[in-house]
Amino acid sequence: MSELKAGSRLEKIFAKGAFAVTAELGPPKCADGRVITTKAGFLKGTVDAVNITDNQTAIVRMSSIAAGVLAMREGLEPVIQITCRDRNRIAIQSDVLGAAALGIRNILCLTGDHQKFGNHPASRNVFDMDSIQLIDMLRCMRDEKKFQCGDEIKNSKNEPAVGPKLFIGGAENPFADPFEFRVIRLAKKVAAGVDFVQTQCVYDMERFEEWMKQVRNRGLHEKVSIMAGVTPLKSVGMAKYMRDSVAGLVVPDYYIDRLSKAADKAAEGIAICVEQIRRLREIPGVAGVHIMAIEWEQKIPEIVRLAGLVPRPAV
Amino acid sequence: MIVAERKPFEKINGSVKGYKKVLILGCGTCVTVCMAGGKKEVEILASTLRLANQEAGVAMDIQEATIERQCDREFFDEVKEKIEWADVVLSMACGVGVQLCGELFCGKIVLPALDTKFYGVTEKQGVWSERCTGCGDCVLEFFGGVCPIARCSKSLLNGPCGGSQKGKCEVDPKNMDCGWQLIYDRMKSLGLLDRLEKNQPAKNWSSARDGGVRKTVREDVVL
Repeated sequence: MSELKAGSRLEKIFAKGAFAVTAELGPPKCADGRVITTKAGFLKGTVDAVNITDNQTAIVRMSSIAAGVLAMREGLEPVIQITCRDRNRIAIQSDVLGAAALGIRNILCLTGDHQKFGNHPASRNVFDMDSIQLIDMLRCMRDEKKFQCGDEIKNSKNEPAVGPKLFIGGAENPFADPFEFRVIRLAKKVAAGVDFVQTQCVYDMERFEEWMKQVRNRGLHEKVSIMAGVTPLKSVGMAKYMRDSVAGLVVPDYYIDRLSKAADKAAEGIAICVEQIRRLREIPGVAGVHIMAIEWEQKIPEIVRLAGLVPRPAV
Repeated sequence: MIVAERKPFEKINGSVKGYKKVLILGCGTCVTVCMAGGKKEVEILASTLRLANQEAGVAMDIQEATIERQCDREFFDEVKEKIEWADVVLSMACGVGVQLCGELFCGKIVLPALDTKFYGVTEKQGVWSERCTGCGDCVLEFFGGVCPIARCSKSLLNGPCGGSQKGKCEVDPKNMDCGWQLIYDRMKSLGLLDRLEKNQPAKNWSSARDGGVRKTVREDVVL
């Protein structure tokens, strides 16, 4: 095993060549940490790490770092999401130091949903940096032990520089446009220093396979661990909503027909998700799956079990 | 040009309530072109205000004037007397003109009749759109002459986010173009697509508003 950058479980899983499984855990819209405890209970032992979202869809939720620490207490490894929407480079670097000090090893860098979609559309956004610059900044903090401004990360002149140990993630959306730019964007993230990426949820398998082909043609799959995203469809209504109202998402009618005809929609939704995971696993260059069960975390153990991905390997 | 839009009449009417002598002062430059605060718009606002006052039984003396530019002090000379006459000046210039008028006529209340929007172009009659935010460090050379700071909702410098679909921005898919689709298309047509593969470093925003209030001094032309 080559030298680890952060030593997180997720990093070790990839280093071992095992197929990784992560899930998403949305922090609560209140100060009650028990929500995390409950959701963590579903996921423990089922996934390698869990993404803690950073005020996703621009709705105020518990801070991802705080929720990540609560998840760690429950024995789950967090992947903290950081977006560029709400914080400038000063605040982000400060949070990264704090997160590292609290034992967080995986950080996923995102641009962030526009605040127009959230519950504070009158707020101002930041976007001091974009996600690629954020990845570069974190890599620089880790590898060069330097802040974005170039200063060394040290508490005083005579002390050694101490950078945060991070396994750096990014996101990719092969379903957004312009399609030809999507692989370029991944290449830019790789150049910036991303270690792993998770994709937007895959429903349009053909387009995903086409994107993966472009990824392999550039040899990017050998430089970054790519996790395909999946989201189980709970109902026909949800499938239609995802198809019609979520920008950058393609849900083929085939799935909507299948759900419509099924007697037990939830069971069919899970069956579809399991099939998708099995198919994604066969695609060369796909190193893992990221399950985003939106407010349906309790179904993740079943999905992972049916997909034949438990027990998780020891690392 | 600076693009502005007239405030709703009710707001303007409310702001001049209680004043007896009102000068509506138009501007002959940008806001004339974008049909928000030129001579014609001054006439319309004055008529509307007179009518509203008449209906409400309010006694208000309204005068009209339009000068070439409200962002240059020399043009105010011709309306000096009218401004001095007025209790309040209702400026139909952009925010720059409103402020300069107030600076030149101390003690005079100057109110804005427009909402100043952006630096933009006329797309066609009646349609104006943003092109520049005045960041103070032009990056157009890297993006085929399409500005990602002004034309991407998130000012991204390294490509489109996941919310770009069919050429539109997720913030308003009906009316808002994805700036990055525009950049991509332009660079492709110029045969320069490979240049977009270069990572753009984090921008130095100190030349933008983030660096504080800006001022430009050209020693070679200062008298």
